[in-house]
Amino acid sequence: MKSIAFAFLFAAAALVAGDDDTFLIRGATVHPVASAEIVDGFVLVRDGKIAGVGRVFTPPKGMRVIEGKGLHVYPGMIDSGTQMGLSEIGSTRESVDTGELGKFDPQLRAEIAINPSSEHIPVTRANGITSVVSLPMSAGGGGGGRRGPAPSIIAGQAALVHLDGWTWEEMDILKSAGMSLRIPTILAPAGRGGDPDAPPALGGRYSFAEARRNYETDLRELRDFFEHARRYQKAKAANEKGFRPDLKFEAMLPVLEGKEPVVVLAARERAIRDAVQLADQQKVRVIIANPREIGKMGPELKARNIPAILGPTLELPLRDDDPYDAAYTLPDQFFKAGVKFAFGSFDNEFSRNLPYQAATAVAFGLPHEEALKAITLNAAQIWGVSDRIGSIEEGKWADLMITDGDPLEAKTQVKQLFIKGKNVDLDNKQKRLYEKYMNRP
Amino acid sequence: MKSMKPFLVACLFTASSLAAPPIVIQNATILTVTRGTLTGSILIRNGKIEEIGERITAPADAQIVDATGQFVMPGIVDCHSHIAADSINEGSVSVSAMVGIEDVLNPEDIAIYRALAGGVTTANILHGSANSIGGKCTVVKLRWGKDAHDMIFEGAMPGIKFALGENPKRAGNPSGQRIGAANVLRYPATRMGVEDVIREAFTEAKAYQQSWKDYNDKVARGEQAIAPRRDLKLEPLVEVLEGKRFVHAHCYRADEILMLLRVADEFGFKIRTLQHVLEGYKVAKEIAAHGAGASTFSDWWSYKLEAFDAIPYNAAIMTRKGIVVSLNSDSAELMRHLNDEAAKTMKYGGLSETEALSLITINPAKQLAIDNRVGSIEVGKDADLAIFDKHPLSNFAKVEKVYIDGELYFDRNKDLADRAVHEADKKKLLDKERELQRRAAPGAVRRPAA
Repeated sequence: MKSIAFAFLFAAAALVAGDDDTFLIRGATVHPVASAEIVDGFVLVRDGKIAGVGRVFTPPKGMRVIEGKGLHVYPGMIDSGTQMGLSEIGSTRESVDTGELGKFDPQLRAEIAINPSSEHIPVTRANGITSVVSLPMSAGGGGGGRRGPAPSIIAGQAALVHLDGWTWEEMDILKSAGMSLRIPTILAPAGRGGDPDAPPALGGRYSFAEARRNYETDLRELRDFFEHARRYQKAKAANEKGFRPDLKFEAMLPVLEGKEPVVVLAARERAIRDAVQLADQQKVRVIIANPREIGKMGPELKARNIPAILGPTLELPLRDDDPYDAAYTLPDQFFKAGVKFAFGSFDNEFSRNLPYQAATAVAFGLPHEEALKAITLNAAQIWGVSDRIGSIEEGKWADLMITDGDPLEAKTQVKQLFIKGKNVDLDNKQKRLYEKYMNRP
Repeated sequence: MKSMKPFLVACLFTASSLAAPPIVIQNATILTVTRGTLTGSILIRNGKIEEIGERITAPADAQIVDATGQFVMPGIVDCHSHIAADSINEGSVSVSAMVGIEDVLNPEDIAIYRALAGGVTTANILHGSANSIGGKCTVVKLRWGKDAHDMIFEGAMPGIKFALGENPKRAGNPSGQRIGAANVLRYPATRMGVEDVIREAFTEAKAYQQSWKDYNDKVARGEQAIAPRRDLKLEPLVEVLEGKRFVHAHCYRADEILMLLRVADEFGFKIRTLQHVLEGYKVAKEIAAHGAGASTFSDWWSYKLEAFDAIPYNAAIMTRKGIVVSLNSDSAELMRHLNDEAAKTMKYGGLSETEALSLITINPAKQLAIDNRVGSIEVGKDADLAIFDKHPLSNFAKVEKVYIDGELYFDRNKDLADRAVHEADKKKLLDKERELQRRAAPGAVRRPAA
């Protein structure tokens, strides 16, 4: 009887506590990322924001206290490249909204197409990922398939969102985190083991001369598009007679004004060089996305402060004769070149494995603290939101995870997760199926 | 003279193995998988594990490998791979049992070396999943540098690939992404049709088996008889009926898994392994009762409709329900870190370290019936070993050395040292190619190298 009453009380208390975004975590090892770890430290959260971090704190009476003895507190992880909410089942066209028709679509906004009920969201966040960049990426023909018309060059605006909220508005961190752009390339045949810069829609074989023609045409059209956007900007500023609003060019204004970065998908050294040229010629902020090699581009990127979103570390080398660990060592190559980077999964299915991508980089040379930064603080800095997320510092949102060990190790469990100081449910479809079928008689 | 050749080769082979000095791996943490963990040494002689112990007296001629601070585990066994083959899918027909991977093994596929560098020593190379009954499979050891014939795992039971669900029925779907087939519709287009293809094939196979039995009976009785015409498509299926060939069946959904088990029951054969088997957790009881093994992914899901109920707890649930479970790669990339995949089962479902390691060593070895040779570190077994710098279930671990039959096939230090040489060789070749192009067509449009 006593135990039942106790359980009831406990459940009631938990219910009240769940809504409370003011609390203290104490006795845990705190990893602020921005500074050295604090053994037996505390994190104070008030109204969803971090109000203090340190070694000793006496909570006022009545404050909810989470005992963290033997546990670790880290900032929530940020996946800097996903299609979260835009794609549910990769091979089922009806559930995929990742890329539109048309070559230049800067007016498209990923955020408004993010399905807040996507099963990927609770699955991903159960592993400690609190926010993601959802990136429109053209696969031609509207995404999902391998067939379709020419793929787009500008696919639309990426959104940075929290993995919590009843609507995409509530999930919002940055509506337009960056403009997704596929740098034109001389394409080798795409497909399995094909050129990663080659859009799947152009999967056929064609001559080098033809490929070069396509490449030059694409580059010219891209330059023209920026040029037209710039004329539009001038015409608008001058309030020219006969000026008519154009949604495509309107969407380019924040890019031209340097307020919004261009997220340039560029895998090979050649593509990265073209992306750097784009930054120079168009005077726009560029973020390199999913590079697969660095080649001689390290100093060029560093000199211009161009950061990179590194894709999966667990990836095959680009070429047969590359070192077997070429992809494993790439993050360390970027680090040694002094280029700031964060990690992205460029996937939904494996977004939850983001910390393991970072871990493999550590196995092959990257310092552990850099790997951790690349899934937290660096990401926040690259996306320009380090005043709000990315580390455990006073004034930031309390996006926190409590773990029983190093989140970079697969065997580590995420015990509790907070987004804006709110306890987030770690349950998901997969756990429910697990419990249901473990108990099948 | 001609008949002498295999004998001579065998002599040479034996002689060279005998000539190789014994190896002692010292001061390592040894994860035997089946006999616990110890810190000590392993003595390898003639390609076999001769002794394991905390203290081993190294023979005078032994080569000493100091593995202080390192971890030795059995070479990883991958029960589902498509590397080292020139082609995978004969998708033009619903039953392609007449074709086999052994005929198209490619020992020069770089994926072999890369998998070795991930600690894999043995792999089941399967036909693709384009048809309900696919081609024959071959178990290989990743003896990089040897020819195709020498890669084959001697004496391993041959297999055949079956496939259920979306992949085989795609060929009948006008809008489906057909695998390995031309642009013509091919039966089946539904899961109903997939069952039918398998039942039709085994009905034929039974009749074929009977025709040979009748013939052999007649011959035995001394009667005049005409032998049936050999049918290369049905022969492997008769082998399945007679327990001489393993069925490795690609499957996803619970309904199709159950269907296959029941068809097998009806025709009196066993499904050796269910491959992928992402909804295996829903019918674990039935799988265990049939006695099939399950070879699954750690955490793949949602890439297609039939993978939407896939859960990372699958391996743990099936293990708890008494099934022999393995984790496979089905991918030249994933194959390189099966140890990382195994670690995930500790998070999802709480498997122990030994259970997690079993999923990529002794369990797949059992599934392929090669556990008398590989899959654990035991005296008398093949010296197929992977040495890691850290515990292999740590995501920070990397492979240092890999032995197959006591022979060193991967050595990270050597790999690192060889890189400059390979780079110089490549540059020479590229310079030569550029020079040839320049001479052949000065001023022509050239494709940039690499």
